[in-house]
Amino acid sequence: MSTIAATANEFQAHGDDHAHDADHKPAFFARWFMSTNHKDIGTLYLIFAICAGIIGGGISGMMRWELAEPGIQHLTAWASWHNGLVGGGEATLNEAYHMWNVLITAHGLIMVFFMVMPAIIGGFGNWFVPIMIGAPDMAFPRMNNISFWLTVVAFIMLLGSSFVPGGSGYGAGTGWTVYAPLSTSGSVGPAVDMAIFSLHLAGAASILGAINFITTIFNMRAPGMTIHKMPLFVWSVLVTAFLLLLALPVLAAAITMLLVDRNFGGAFFDAAAGGDPVLYQHLFWFFGHPEVYIMILPGFGIVSQIVSTFSRKPVFGYLGMAYAMVAIGVVGFVVWAHHMFTTGLSVDMKMYFTAATMVIAVPTGIKIFSWIATMWGGSVSFKTPMVWAMGFIFMFTVGGVTGVVLANGGLDDNLHDTYYVVAHFHYVLSLGAVFSLFAGFYYWFGKMSGRHLNEFLGHLHFWLFFIGVNVLFFPMHFLGNQGMPRRIPDYNAAFAYWNQIASYGYVIMGVGVLVFFANVFWSLLAGRKAEGNYWGEGATTLEWTLSSPPPFHQFETLPVVK
Amino acid sequence: MVMTSLAAERRNARTGFMAAAIAISMVGLGFAAVPLYRIFCQATGFGGTTMRVSEAQAATIETTSKTVVIRFDANQRGLPWEFKPERPTDTVTIGARDMSIFIAKNTSSQPMVGTATFNVTPSLAGKYFNKIQCFCFTEQRLEPGQEIRMPVLYYVDPKIMTDPETKDIEEITLSYTFFPVETPNTVDPQGKGS
Ligand code: HEM
Ligand SMILES: [Cu+2]
Repeated sequence: MSTIAATANEFQAHGDDHAHDADHKPAFFARWFMSTNHKDIGTLYLIFAICAGIIGGGISGMMRWELAEPGIQHLTAWASWHNGLVGGGEATLNEAYHMWNVLITAHGLIMVFFMVMPAIIGGFGNWFVPIMIGAPDMAFPRMNNISFWLTVVAFIMLLGSSFVPGGSGYGAGTGWTVYAPLSTSGSVGPAVDMAIFSLHLAGAASILGAINFITTIFNMRAPGMTIHKMPLFVWSVLVTAFLLLLALPVLAAAITMLLVDRNFGGAFFDAAAGGDPVLYQHLFWFFGHPEVYIMILPGFGIVSQIVSTFSRKPVFGYLGMAYAMVAIGVVGFVVWAHHMFTTGLSVDMKMYFTAATMVIAVPTGIKIFSWIATMWGGSVSFKTPMVWAMGFIFMFTVGGVTGVVLANGGLDDNLHDTYYVVAHFHYVLSLGAVFSLFAGFYYWFGKMSGRHLNEFLGHLHFWLFFIGVNVLFFPMHFLGNQGMPRRIPDYNAAFAYWNQIASYGYVIMGVGVLVFFANVFWSLLAGRKAEGNYWGEGATTLEWTLSSPPPFHQFETLPVVK
Repeated sequence: MVMTSLAAERRNARTGFMAAAIAISMVGLGFAAVPLYRIFCQATGFGGTTMRVSEAQAATIETTSKTVVIRFDANQRGLPWEFKPERPTDTVTIGARDMSIFIAKNTSSQPMVGTATFNVTPSLAGKYFNKIQCFCFTEQRLEPGQEIRMPVLYYVDPKIMTDPETKDIEEITLSYTFFPVETPNTVDPQGKGS
């Protein structure tokens, strides 16, 4: 990896020279609402993602509360309350069921499009990609602002959809996959249109963001920062940006066809008029599988930075790590039908998609081994970001293993749409991607805010969260193997035991999240001031050559990377 | 402030436009998937799409001694027509031609034009289900109260007996759904193939 010409002190000294210029900030409204500064936009994205995460996480709490026991306990009351908000009366059982579908839909869409993506790409990507390559800002700062506010409007649109009719009740109850015909003839009323439009906006925002990242990374690297010297986080965002660019437009096309089928008499997915609902699934998963890598690749990048920093060594096999991500991105486009093993594919097709899916495990394995090899023999210090990164590696490996199990078309006939799949994607997402988010947050918070987080609270948060999510999600493997279907509010009493345990796990995790917020508030109010490079010699990327927080405009004279 | 030279700005604009062009062509590809998928289904019988053959092709097929049950399913969507098969099932010899009759009646007081989509289940049988003639190849116009008998002439390809994925199939369901044609035309109206 790169060695940096200037030392941190030189850079800070340099920053001071220009303090007058570099720290000239616009007034509050102009700064935060018309922001074109990549760090401010990054901050906005992070705050937005935290708000969305609280809502999406709150919804999952409601679901776990309902699922803690067999039977319908709270759902009817929630649906009645929800009806009340829009002037309706007592909810029927069907409306209660619809409420459940609205909850799972909102949870999935919020977590994917309004929590993980804004935080990891919009937040950390905006903050650190320009700095890590020695650029003063993103290539298109105004477009960056548009991306952010489009995401906000998209989110409001999605939340708004829950107050209008969506078929058998209020809100869109289609699942995050928006499968036809449930999303077309199955859901009359404007809710699903609004949810689809929200996806259009969020998708447009992400595509603009991707164009911005690609241009920035290709054109704005400091002298000497060659492609093969870029920090792995920058690599990960570059690959992610290409995935966004290639996958999201296909989703946009597919959901536009949904709108046509819904509103303009189209029959793209209407079997009774010559269309085919399975075509929607193909289009959705052509986007959907790359999408799961969009959510995890930047996490890979963050974990690479952290593992290297706290092992005080460059990452083992840097080029292998970079091109493993490229390989994952490429192969990720030809495996989509592993989500469709039960749609009547022929054995040959299943064989192909099984084999191709398993191929992805190879570059993924390379990454895991390289992280371990980096730690091996390094003088590892177990600071909070490092324990989160190690937690990530552990969780992601568990999720990867169940992924390889699901990749077997024959086995998947049994496991598809059961809690086993729920366990799989929560190990890679809620535990994988979210652990990398927390790792990045603990790693960079001091850099972004200028204040240290508390190490003890950070570790406490980690252990509560780690134990909580494992108690929450591990039993779902058992439930899935026993045949408990996903997306149901009520279940056979035979599944009661592990469901109850899972709901306890949620509570433990929730306490961990409270510790996290306490830590953040404590730090902002009373945290120790963070110096420029508070992680010491292991932290070699360019952000550590700047003060904490960095000047409003950094790198007015481009750094030279040797 | 940051010095961005004109040349650098041009370069960014060029890269940005190139990336945008990729995104736009992917939208195009998303829509192009619809006809491509149709062609793919017609060529491979994917999704239970049946095959269309000429008399000449049909004449070369040899009959076998094995039989398979064909079950008929008739639906209508958005048409006030009664639509049903003459018999619920037929037992046919694999390789031999069979003619089955469907009956449609316009129960409304207006002349109406409809056409039918179709497929078979198990969907893997699609590529072995060959239609020589079918009412679904054209549009049907029914006067008020008119009832017509519509034939479908087909055979099951003996290759179904050697394909490991289909050799155990004992029953095939042939399903039709009539739907209204808003602007009648003479071209093959089928969404997914013939
Ligand atoms: C070794 C790597 C992986 C393999 C082999 C794999 C395989 C699979 C398979 C076969 C399914 C379909 C199961 C079914 O629906 O029956 C699935 C579902 C899923 N996977 Fe993975 N996966 C891998 C990694 C990931 C990663 C990294 C993520 C996200 C960060 C992810 C997220 C998901 C999600 C969200 C679903 C469920 C989608 C839905 O039905 O709503 N997977 N995975
Ligand atoms: Cu997948």
